[in-house]
Amino acid sequence: MRNCTWCHGSAAQGFSSAPRIAGQQPHYLVEQLLAFKDHSRDNPTSKQYMWGATARLAPELASEFAAYFAALPAEPANDGDSALVEAGRTLYEHGAAESNVAACVVCHGPNAQGFEAIPRLGGLSYGYLKSRLAQWSEGYHASAFPMPQVATSLSPEEVDALASYLSFLR
Amino acid sequence: MTGRRAPLLDHAAFERNRSNAENVIDSKNLERALREKPVSTFSQRALGGLALAALLFSTIARAQGLNAEPPKAAAPNKAEAPKAETAKADAAKADAPPRAEFEAKFTYCKTCHGVSGQGFRGAYPMPRLAGQQPEYLQNQLEAFIERRRVNPVMFNVAHVLRPGMLTALAEGFRDLNPKPLGGEPRELIPAGKKIFEEGVPAANVPPCASCHGADAKGQGAMPRLAGQLYDYTTRKLTNWSKERGQDPAKPDTSQLMEPIAHGLTPQQVSEVAAYLGSLE
Repeated sequence: MRNCTWCHGSAAQGFSSAPRIAGQQPHYLVEQLLAFKDHSRDNPTSKQYMWGATARLAPELASEFAAYFAALPAEPANDGDSALVEAGRTLYEHGAAESNVAACVVCHGPNAQGFEAIPRLGGLSYGYLKSRLAQWSEGYHASAFPMPQVATSLSPEEVDALASYLSFLR
Repeated sequence: MTGRRAPLLDHAAFERNRSNAENVIDSKNLERALREKPVSTFSQRALGGLALAALLFSTIARAQGLNAEPPKAAAPNKAEAPKAETAKADAAKADAPPRAEFEAKFTYCKTCHGVSGQGFRGAYPMPRLAGQQPEYLQNQLEAFIERRRVNPVMFNVAHVLRPGMLTALAEGFRDLNPKPLGGEPRELIPAGKKIFEEGVPAANVPPCASCHGADAKGQGAMPRLAGQLYDYTTRKLTNWSKERGQDPAKPDTSQLMEPIAHGLTPQQVSEVAAYLGSLE
């Protein structure tokens, strides 16, 4: 546990490139821990930090970590561009059918709270959200259907708007 | 609201429309017939629904008897179709999208409906489209656009589609055949099978198999139900008349299901949905 909080913060609210894991969907947390362990989540910082951190992680311990962090209260990062919030909300709720952008809401839910293995996005940091979306369209973490496909349909401006909107959600 | 309640077929209307429905179940003809003869009381509507179900069943049987290869042979007969419909079909054909554009849009559909169209569970259940009847899919896409069927996400998705793309997408899912997504409560399956095959006579609910086919694969305007997500079917049956048939000026085939959906208890809805979810 000390090892987790070193990067994710003592209240697990996230810091720099390490995302907030407090209040995250427990099912999602377990799947990600196992994805670091089997190297299917291969983003640069995952490789650098999480592959080593999970190398000897037993599945039972992964479930215990997940249950612990999921139960912690989560604070929104509030660090996006507030001028882009409305554009981000529109995109989140409606998608952009002309350019084949799916509406995020159908999977992540009306308040971006997530569902089972689908993560909570509301209140994650702008920088983390943005880099995840960018890295999917660069080919990282290709097994996470349908996100690689969703991310490649987004323009850089749309990524900015979405990450800004989500960073303010409670 | 009274307008929404009104029209359904009676026996005379069946006879008038019989020649049109000779070889094929055509949703356009059904919708036209539905507009022709308003019937007002619930019992008459329920009766009409049952009688129409019986007519459709015999029509399906006839179509299958006449044509060795069911789905393709059941395509609308151009010679009998009214001119406006033929013109519309021709326009859709001429409007067929370029291959790459179609593939991009088809991939987009599968973002939510599953990589093989088997359905997907997010915050909302996204229905299976694999193996669905093209005529049914086309009618639903048009229903989203015309707001006969209310669904804000699908309105956004559908209203940008040109007629040719809409037709191509409706056809695109027909040949996909993945395993059902699963996740239904298995203990409800036997009771659901009984409802599917025998109906609930005491509640005027006909056997589902009479319109949707013994294998639940549908025919023409009647949708495939086999392999549909349990939670999706449950929601749709529960909310039937809040989501479908929402334009009083354009009554559609969703009216056939209205008395049937209302006739099922919540428990029966769960049972039949569980059975359908298990069917390949």
